[in-house]
Amino acid sequence: MSSVSPSPYPETESKEKTDRKEWPLWEIFIRGQHGLSHRHVGSLHAPDAEMAIKNARDVYTRRNEGVSIWVVESRHISATAPGEKGPLFEPSESKVYRHPTFFDIPDEVGHM
Amino acid sequence: MYAQMVKSSGKGVKSREEMTEQERDFQDRIDADVKIEPRDWMPEEYRKTLVRQIGQHAHSEIVGQLPEGNWITRAPTLERKMILLAKVQDEAGHGLYLYCAAETLGVSRDDLTEDLLSGKMKYSSIFNYPTLNWADIGAVGWLVDGAAIMNQVPLQRTSYGPYSRAMIRICKEESFHQRQGYDIMMKMAQGSPEQKRMAQDALNRFWYPSLMMFGPSDKDSVHSAQSMAWKIKINTNDELRQKFVDQTVPQAEYLGLSIPDEDLKWNEETGHYDFTEPDWKEFFDVIKGNGPCNTERMNDRTRAWEDGKWVREGLLAHGRKKAARKSAAKVAAE
Repeated sequence: MSSVSPSPYPETESKEKTDRKEWPLWEIFIRGQHGLSHRHVGSLHAPDAEMAIKNARDVYTRRNEGVSIWVVESRHISATAPGEKGPLFEPSESKVYRHPTFFDIPDEVGHM
Repeated sequence: MYAQMVKSSGKGVKSREEMTEQERDFQDRIDADVKIEPRDWMPEEYRKTLVRQIGQHAHSEIVGQLPEGNWITRAPTLERKMILLAKVQDEAGHGLYLYCAAETLGVSRDDLTEDLLSGKMKYSSIFNYPTLNWADIGAVGWLVDGAAIMNQVPLQRTSYGPYSRAMIRICKEESFHQRQGYDIMMKMAQGSPEQKRMAQDALNRFWYPSLMMFGPSDKDSVHSAQSMAWKIKINTNDELRQKFVDQTVPQAEYLGLSIPDEDLKWNEETGHYDFTEPDWKEFFDVIKGNGPCNTERMNDRTRAWEDGKWVREGLLAHGRKKAARKSAAKVAAE
């Protein structure tokens, strides 16, 4: 597991690039409609969480795309590595009986 | 096209035999229309070409705000002003979607901005032309955004996931831009003789620069083959240019305006319009920095970047101070 976007310039902790004044990167999640879950829509730079939310409103919801916004600093996200894809997801591929269509139920039984 | 003459390695497309196993797997994924995501393995040239292309596209969106911003305070009605303001704000948003796509490739937005200001990176040649009268805002929306859409619609299918997603968002919003431009042109073309004259004048000035947006003719386009194999370019420059002409000529006819090309005519055999190529000498000259507004645009961008420096730094310092106070309070509470 590792960070989604290992920023080449981790803004606050960086030792080599102390002169760098770039705002941290935030990942933006929007709830499109009442009842749906939040969905990743993109990222943006902002100096803090409050500004990240304000910027997210201007950048990602100019046309009524959302009713709720989550922001999280990119460096706090952990993710699977592309190379782990096989071993990580294989166990679920081999268990076809987890799907309802695996079982044949006679028509006479009716809807199940 | 917002990205013109994006440089590639210039080595041409490798044959399957010349590819390493990793490169072959990569090409197979692209051929099977499987999207490439940021942390997947990719050839270094693919990454570099994409950074240049997406970066140039992003810069174009940002610099593209300048010719239109010129008319925000002078829009003829309050409604037109609000519409133009919304459109210019969209362009800023498009720039941001694209910068964030480029950042997934390991570059930073500030580095890209600095490369633009130092002249290392380019933006589309079209934004080096001035917007002299209100009809120009119509012509920009109708022709410039029209040409951009022509290029961007196929790019929604590009192989790089974040780029493709940015293009999908942009295309959704772009059609408002073109329609608002055509709406201005209709009003002007159906207005007083003086307004109609202004509309024709705007078309005369923006026609060839719009055709140039698609980049040089295929025979002079040295970077296309590899980009097409990687699906970061979907159609050739000439294909898109032809499509644009075919679509635009009837729209000009509806307005009662004439395309400034005496040799423009319908070709029954090919099913396309024959038209005069733009003056490529002018195109290369503008790219080199000698267009009517190159210096003005770069000065404006540099001034905005430098004037904004204290704001960027102040907000960052404020953000860090708040974070430090919060963690200090937390330690004290424990």
